[in-house]
Amino acid sequence: MSTLSAIVLRDLKVALRAGGGAGIGVIFFLTLVTIVPFAVGPDMPLLTRIGPAILWIGALLASLLGLDRIFAADHEDGSLDQLLLSAAPLELIAAAKGLAHWLATGLPLVIVTPLLGLMLGVEPKSLFAVALTLFVGTPGVTFLGLVAAALSAALPRGGLLAAVLVLPMSIPLLIFGVVSTHVAIADGSLGAPFRFLIAISLFFLVLGPVAAAAALRHVRE
Amino acid sequence: MPLIDYANPNRFQKVAAWLIPLSGAAAVILIALGLLMGFRAPPDYQQGEMVKVMYIHVPFAWLSLAAYTLMAVSALGTIVWRHPLADVSGKAAAQMGAVFCFLCLVTGSLWGRPTWGTYWDWDPRLTSVLVLFLLYLGVLALWRAFDDPNRAGRAAAILALVGFINVPIVKFSVDWWNSIHQRSSITLGKSAIDPAMLHPLLISAVGFFALFLALYLAAMRNELLRRRARTLRILRSAEAEG
Repeated sequence: MSTLSAIVLRDLKVALRAGGGAGIGVIFFLTLVTIVPFAVGPDMPLLTRIGPAILWIGALLASLLGLDRIFAADHEDGSLDQLLLSAAPLELIAAAKGLAHWLATGLPLVIVTPLLGLMLGVEPKSLFAVALTLFVGTPGVTFLGLVAAALSAALPRGGLLAAVLVLPMSIPLLIFGVVSTHVAIADGSLGAPFRFLIAISLFFLVLGPVAAAAALRHVRE
Repeated sequence: MPLIDYANPNRFQKVAAWLIPLSGAAAVILIALGLLMGFRAPPDYQQGEMVKVMYIHVPFAWLSLAAYTLMAVSALGTIVWRHPLADVSGKAAAQMGAVFCFLCLVTGSLWGRPTWGTYWDWDPRLTSVLVLFLLYLGVLALWRAFDDPNRAGRAAAILALVGFINVPIVKFSVDWWNSIHQRSSITLGKSAIDPAMLHPLLISAVGFFALFLALYLAAMRNELLRRRARTLRILRSAEAEG
């Protein structure tokens, strides 16, 4: 267990330092939410209707930032080989890296969501529920992205490829995330779509590290 | 003869040498027959003559799903059973599957315009087939991203397996959600299609499957030749240096 917590702490420290990518995701999210009204017009009712969608797409794209760096940095300096030789199961190591990436990139997005929700006309009383759906959904995105990160770890320009590979498979998360956000805004409670969202997220929480470990094992030189 | 005996590329090439022309010829005959029967079949009571797009659109759809399944089985062959030709099979299935999926979308779109009034709709069947097409493109992109074909094959195999969940979603999308797309008319028990339309459809479908077989084997043969050429290039440049 200490191997895994060491991995999480190290990745978090690297991410929180300069150039690590923690703050840049939040800034990207904010910028995205800002440019949408320029594109669709400052029509508040329209923005309120598409608000949850913008929040989710923004969170999805911001989570995919730096996805390729999860394993690429380790591949470059050789520590990936050490991880492959370690006694801890490779699946748990991949999960630990995924957790670190979510804590550094996904969780800040969730924290910023209420503020951005206000900008997009979400009712103040629904802001917590909206943030909760993202809190549940973003780990699913990150752990799903682990597979693409592992596959593109050794590639020179793996960043865009990783995003292209992840986006089609993250569609169920996106659908249920937006639907449960809409339900939260309309009813003030989180119903069946939210439970589906949790289920899909949990599914990716398991599938992601398993597939990523398989990729790391098989796609090595 | 067990499948492992075809693992030898030379033996595969020998089999492909006669199987490709044979299935190609069968494809031409069956497709021609199916389409001929289709054109002589009665028009639909609702759509009129436009229903005849069905005789190519439906086989394309079936082939897109079948090709992805073949790709997923090849992926298992690569990762689990370590069959030497499995990754070659996966690449060929990806290439041909992507083409047929694209044709399915295009023919469906052209068919939708006169019958539904729109070239496109974001309904569950169309959307999930579009996602299937994106998954195909992702696998092909991953193939191209690696220099070494063996590493590329293993990476693409893992991606293909992760994306396989979409195949049942496409198949059952019209049953699970409200869709403007027609539901399945052909089931294992009985079919809701009149035999005058069913028979041309089935013959045409078998013909297109034969066409897929011919193209898939040819793609495998090309990939094996490509790898041999690459190895020769590497050997020659190594000689030139040394």
